[in-house]
Amino acid sequence: MTAPLIETRHLKKYFPVKSGSMFGKKRVVRAVDDVTLTIRERETFALVGESGCGKTTFGRLILRLEGKTAGNVYYRGNDLHNVDAETLRNLRKRIQIIFQDPFASLNPRMRIRSILAEPLQTHNGRATSREMDERIRQLLTFVGLPEQVLRRYPHQFSGGQRQRIGIARALASHPEFIVCDEAVSALDVSIQAQILNLLEDLQEKFKLTYLFITHDLSVVNHIADRVCVMFLGKAVELGPTADLFRQPRHPYTRFLISAVPIPDPEMRNRQKMILTGDIPSPMQRIDGCRFHTRCPYARPVCRREDPAVVTDGERAVACHFPLD
Amino acid sequence: MSGPQSSILQVNDLETRFFTRKGIVRAVDGISFAVGKGRIVGIVGESGCGKSVTSLSIMGLVPSPAGKVTGGSIIFDSQDLITLGSREMCAIRGKDISMIFQEPMTSLNPVYTVGRQVGEALRIHAGADKNEIRERVIEAFDQVGIPEPAARVNAYPHQLSGGLRQRVMIAMALICEPRLLIADEPTTALDVTIQAQILELMMKLRDRLDTAIIMITHDLGVIAEICDDVNVMYAGKIIETSDVFTLFRQPAHPYTQGLLRAIPSITTPGKRTRLASIDGMVPNLLHLPAGCRFQPRCEAAMEICCRREPPLVALGDGHRVRCWLHQKKGESK
Repeated sequence: MTAPLIETRHLKKYFPVKSGSMFGKKRVVRAVDDVTLTIRERETFALVGESGCGKTTFGRLILRLEGKTAGNVYYRGNDLHNVDAETLRNLRKRIQIIFQDPFASLNPRMRIRSILAEPLQTHNGRATSREMDERIRQLLTFVGLPEQVLRRYPHQFSGGQRQRIGIARALASHPEFIVCDEAVSALDVSIQAQILNLLEDLQEKFKLTYLFITHDLSVVNHIADRVCVMFLGKAVELGPTADLFRQPRHPYTRFLISAVPIPDPEMRNRQKMILTGDIPSPMQRIDGCRFHTRCPYARPVCRREDPAVVTDGERAVACHFPLD
Repeated sequence: MSGPQSSILQVNDLETRFFTRKGIVRAVDGISFAVGKGRIVGIVGESGCGKSVTSLSIMGLVPSPAGKVTGGSIIFDSQDLITLGSREMCAIRGKDISMIFQEPMTSLNPVYTVGRQVGEALRIHAGADKNEIRERVIEAFDQVGIPEPAARVNAYPHQLSGGLRQRVMIAMALICEPRLLIADEPTTALDVTIQAQILELMMKLRDRLDTAIIMITHDLGVIAEICDDVNVMYAGKIIETSDVFTLFRQPAHPYTQGLLRAIPSITTPGKRTRLASIDGMVPNLLHLPAGCRFQPRCEAAMEICCRREPPLVALGDGHRVRCWLHQKKGESK
């Protein structure tokens, strides 16, 4: 196994919420609540969960786009939230992000050339314009776009092409780690497959490490080496993708996998596990295990005590009564 | 497949166009399909293929004046919906045919309680009185699995979660017990565990009320889970029609085959098996390629594909495909 690239230790992010009246109790959303995990060099690590589970906040904490409430993020041993500005600037070259909606993340008033030149100027101010042109052309070939695109604006491209531009921009500073936040979720399947293949090729070529944040379990199964399932701010289960999908130990993971529609009508009558009711709002304070209100296996202890993460080899699960 | 006898909706050569400054967009370009009584019929395709415009055309809701149904017929209950005036259409919409949309938040009015909005159809179509409406709404909420229905009728949309809002939309669509329900990406905005609940609910309602459902989606997984029949759309045309089992077992059109291969699977350990992608992208409807619309992206394209639009070829048992490959086979036999 390869060395750790990113480690989070008891990472927490609480957001204050305005209460209805000025005398009301101060409330918080515990978006990320005590998450400890390790992302290894050159792996694809997936963070999966439903809306409001804290997966995007976690990604932003790792990039230090968001200040933490408590805990630490280490990047190659550097405490990312406590380094000086100079070190942070240097580290930021190595860490990039690709967003879900490439239209919202590309400035509509900038031509593609300026969009790609910006990170080059920021991270390598001394480059001559000739060197920059060279590098920009190179970036385009990496993501499979023709040179003619440089003079155009983002709105002149389809979703798939815009995502390629977003990827080219991320590659500009020679990163070693890229957070892909729902990077293929808004794309049609035929285009999604193109982008997933591209991301895999680039990983191979540049020895990249990916943190893949998504709600799509099929994509996770396809692309990830290891996966962490989040539920209301907690990492409830972690393990190698194949093992975790074959034999989920946390009841929530099992429900989540079972709920995915399978594109094979012959399997439509399989035993499905369907959760009843909604997932509680992240604002609601739940004592004990956060899943106990929906969990069919919950026992009294689940209502009282928050289960600790129990590690067993490559697998980890936070449940009082993990499934076999 | 259901013949015209047992079908409750028959769409023939439907054409819907948008007249824009840049030119005429043939969003739906001569499509035909039937919906059998109590069947769940899927329309699947990628963005811009015309699946949503198809549903709006059936509902008589094509945004005017830019858009217009320019040809074909939509036969429901032995009358052609296209020829109906807006008043006659209003009598059908919400009563015999109703629709649920993708984003339940934007489809609900934020300033009225959900109970009032769900009851509106009853007030208009059944002329029921206040107490009766309230009772029927509570009953409908109960049937679609909304907890504490009597309290929830007084809630405003923003007080409900996404899953509950979609249940409200379904209750609204079903309150007059329509014979046809059009569901346009009803689960796309929902989390996967909630999606599973809503799909199960739709199947239960079909079984109980025998409502036919047109399921519009981009998700072949959703199609495989609940549809009986499927129409695959590409750039304004239906390129393949079949029962769901045949479609997934023996997809005939290269586009359908490509789509099925491009989906990442959850059932097989997939790491590092390369996905088969379809090169290129959906054509601009303003500048359609000559011949077959899929031809520029098709690996099996032949010379004739670039010249002439392929005919609809019947492969038996209601399986039809719009592709020259199959026409050739038929001829050589």
